[in-house]
Order: sequence, then C-alpha cells, then structure tokens
Amino acid sequence: MSTDIYAEEIVAHYEHPHNKGKLDGADAQFHDFNPLCGDDLTIYLKIIDGKIVDAHFDGTGCAISVGSASMLTDLIKGKSIKELEKMGVADVVDMLGIEPGPARLKCATLSLKAAQKALFVYMKKDSSSVSKEL
Amino acid sequence: MFDVGKVRRDFPILDLEVNGKPLVYLDSAATSQKPRKVINTVSRYYRKYNANTHSGVYRIAEEATEAYLKSKKKVAKFINASGIEEIIYTRNTTESINLVALTWAEQNIKRGDRILISELEHHSNIVPWIMLAKKKGATLDYIALNKEKTALDDASIEEQIAKRPALVAITQCSNVLGTIVDVKRITEMAHRVGAKVLVDGAQSAPHMKVDMRYIDCDFFAFSGHKMLAPMGIGVLYGKRDILEEMPPFLGGGDMIKTVSRQEFTFNELPWKFEAGTPFVEGGVALGAAVDYLKKLRMESVREHEKALTKYALEKLSGVKGVEIFGLPARDIDRRGGVVAFDVIGVHPHDVATIFDQEGVAIRAGHHCAMPLVVDVLRKPALSRMSFYIYNNESDVDRAIEAIAAVKRKFKISDTLKLQV
Repeated sequence: MSTDIYAEEIVAHYEHPHNKGKLDGADAQFHDFNPLCGDDLTIYLKIIDGKIVDAHFDGTGCAISVGSASMLTDLIKGKSIKELEKMGVADVVDMLGIEPGPARLKCATLSLKAAQKALFVYMKKDSSSVSKEL
Repeated sequence: MFDVGKVRRDFPILDLEVNGKPLVYLDSAATSQKPRKVINTVSRYYRKYNANTHSGVYRIAEEATEAYLKSKKKVAKFINASGIEEIIYTRNTTESINLVALTWAEQNIKRGDRILISELEHHSNIVPWIMLAKKKGATLDYIALNKEKTALDDASIEEQIAKRPALVAITQCSNVLGTIVDVKRITEMAHRVGAKVLVDGAQSAPHMKVDMRYIDCDFFAFSGHKMLAPMGIGVLYGKRDILEEMPPFLGGGDMIKTVSRQEFTFNELPWKFEAGTPFVEGGVALGAAVDYLKKLRMESVREHEKALTKYALEKLSGVKGVEIFGLPARDIDRRGGVVAFDVIGVHPHDVATIFDQEGVAIRAGHHCAMPLVVDVLRKPALSRMSFYIYNNESDVDRAIEAIAAVKRKFKISDTLKLQV
C-alpha cells in the first residue's frame, strides 16, 4: 500500500476525472454534501436488470472526494445492486490503496454514500439505512 | 526585549515531531499552545489544593477559593475593567455571547428592534443573534465589507448605525482576514444612537492590549484557550451597572443568596452569572496565562506578530499561484496575525493534509465564518495560517516549503500565471 494519499493516481483522477458530468436518462441519482470540505457531489446511476450499467458523478470538492468519485464510478460499473449495497469503508480503502485517516475519511466515502443513497431512493427504501460506518 | 527563542523553550509541545519533522504550529487562531507555567499551574492545583470553592471552610478549600478570586483580579486588571464584579467566567467566547443574548437581549430586545453585526463575524457572533431575532421578531443587519473585501466599509458602518440598532455586536479582529476593527470608534457611534455594544475579543485579547475603559464597550467576550489557558474557561466582561440590571443566566448553586420553596434571591456580581461548580483550575490557569503575557508585555506581543505577519505576507506574495486574502502588508497596523490563502487549483483541505505531511499544522475550511467565506469571498473553503508568541520566521519558511510540496503533488508549475 502507498503511504501518501496524494499518490499519483488520486491526483490524476482529480485532474482528469472519469465519468464526470450529468448522466442523461439516469435511473437513480442523489446529491450529497460534506460540510467539512464543502464537497458537493451528485451521483447518477443507470440500472438495468438489477445491474449498474453506467455511473457518473458531477460537482466540486477536494482531490480526495473528487478522485474517489472518479474511481468509484469506474469500479461500480457492472456490479449488481446487491454488490453496491454491500460496499463499505474497506472497499473504499482498497480502491484508493490507502487509509485516508479519520479527518479525511468522509471525503473519501462521500461518493459511495451518495451512490448507496441513490440506490435506496431508486428501490424506495429509507435512505437512512445506508451503512452507518459511512 | 521580546526573545522568541526564549518563549519557544517555554512550550513543551514544540519539541514534538510530526511525520518525522519538527512540528510547526500555525493554528493559534483556533487554539493556542500552553506554556510550562500554565501546565504546572493546573498540575499544582490538583496536587496541592483541589477543593470546591466558596463553600468549604477548611484550608485547601479556602486556598482554591482565594486562587480563583485572585485570577479574576488578574483578568480584570489585564483588560482594565473596574473590578472583579465585571468579570464573569464562562466556558468560552461563544458561551459569553450567548449569555448576553439569553439575559440582557432577552430582557431588552423587542419586536422590530435592530441588531447590527458585520460580515466579518464568526458563527459564535452570528447564530445567537439569528436565534434571538427569530424569537423576538427583531431584524438582523450586517455591516458590509469594502469592495476590496479586506475590511469593513466605512459608508456601510455609518449607514447601518444610522438605522439606530438596539445592539451592535462586532468582532475586534477577524479570524479569517485578520482585519482589526476600530471598535472604539464603532462604540462611540453606537452609543450616540443609544445602542449597546458587545465586542467579540476572541482574536484580539490574546494578541494586543485591550482596555475596557478606553474602548468603552458594554460587553466584551473572549476565550482563555486562545491565550495560553485551558479549553473550557472563557470570560464575559460587562459594565457593572448593566450587569446589575440583567436577569441571571443559569440557575443553581453559587448564583443564589437564599432559596425557599418557591423563591430565590440571587448572589452579588459576578457570582450571579456563575451557577454550579465552576472550572476552578481553568480560572486559576487563566490567571497564570495572564501573568505570562503581562511579563512579555502585550505591546511586544503585538509588535512580534506584526513583524511576523508582514514577513509572511511578503514571502507568500512571492509565490506564484497563491491568492492572499485581507489587507496588504502596508496596512499591517490594521492586521492581526492571521493569513488566509488559497493555492489556486487545489482544495484547501488537500493543502492542509499535505502541510500536515510536512509537519506544518494549518487550518482549512470555512473557519466558522460561512457568511464571510462562502457569500462574500465566494470560496467553499480557505487555508489559513495564524501566529502567536512562539512562532518565528523559520515557521513561515517551512509553510512556504509546504506550499511547494502541494504544487509538486498537484503538478502546478511555478511559472503559472495567477489569473484573477
């Protein structure tokens, strides 16, 4: 594992984010906000037969939240709703290749939290049932 | 002669290493570090005379009561109040301001009255007034910043005070821009229209000489923890005649003289406003902090911070791709030891995390001043370095090196032209 959160990869994703911009015809979307950094993200999901076929994000934030959103939207494409529901902090740490530390963890997990909330709205579940650790 | 090397040796935390590098602490606007004298005072209190105050008749209780009282005398003298009757201990500046909002303002602010604050305020001097205005049907007005967004606009001060507010609540030094406000002049103007004045001294009392009888404000709030004392001890100064007329704050022990089943009478000033067992060791340690600062002389503290802030502004303005907020170096007489900045293209939280990797502690965020940072300066967040008596030029140099590290990681070229 890398020891620097600002390893090449996250900065590269921040500067050239993947899947950035509104996703037309999205089946699910959720807007979330992190008051610590002022990160402001919307996640868009396209879902067919219980599978995430496309994922986008839009908004502004710090390198950790934007970089994570870029990586996450890559990662969840092709996953089933169930798989996305089950994801937690450990998956985000795996994805980043580093533990962001308690102060910045919320930045790193913001996009996953928003994606899960989008899913819950889509499935008409209560969004407060998002994994408590996020 | 102010000797920063000597001062530094009094602060054990400065021996710390963070990420393998000596700690550079540039977040004193959030809280100050503590000198050995204060640490030892707290420790000595617990080892030698810990007991509840006011009620005990045994020796150590008398000692604790005496030390607590003595600290109030020191604080009264430090801010040139007329006596300890005017020194109320609270938890912090926020509680001091809320005390005024929930007692004096509760009794005196009526429907349709105006409360005047400014765009420079910290949330602690905004939210209590929003709450009060909503409850009372009063109007909350703001003195606007000038067009350079560096200081309060003189025309706006005139215009707002002409609306005859019932209360003016204003900071003496911005925790974001470092701008020093001429609170004596504003107090004079406000008194002429019959307004009471509360000054938020959280960022001024630790850094410059503050004189209650010179400023002539009605209330003055500050925190011990930003001036070398522990967290949890704060001060509210109030003019004696106003405090006499005010209803008590919290009810309980210590604030009463007598209690019957249905009635109570309240204690004399300042105890009328201090219900329950107070933070005795905090008060005693605040007295020690005041002693420490007095020995340094507040005039010298201010000169030291002015020189360091000027140095930082000059160094920072030589770094490409960095935007600096607040008054320029030539206006250093109106600027406290706070420098907010933005590394263009990098979020302040990323800046602060990379600074931390370099062993440099700075603050990033909205600095509990969202109306100023978000609405006026139009930034989601800012990076901020702030100075105190133990900071030196080498600390500023380490911060400048940390900016270079930020730019390396985000591949920002040094030849980038700042686009404003």
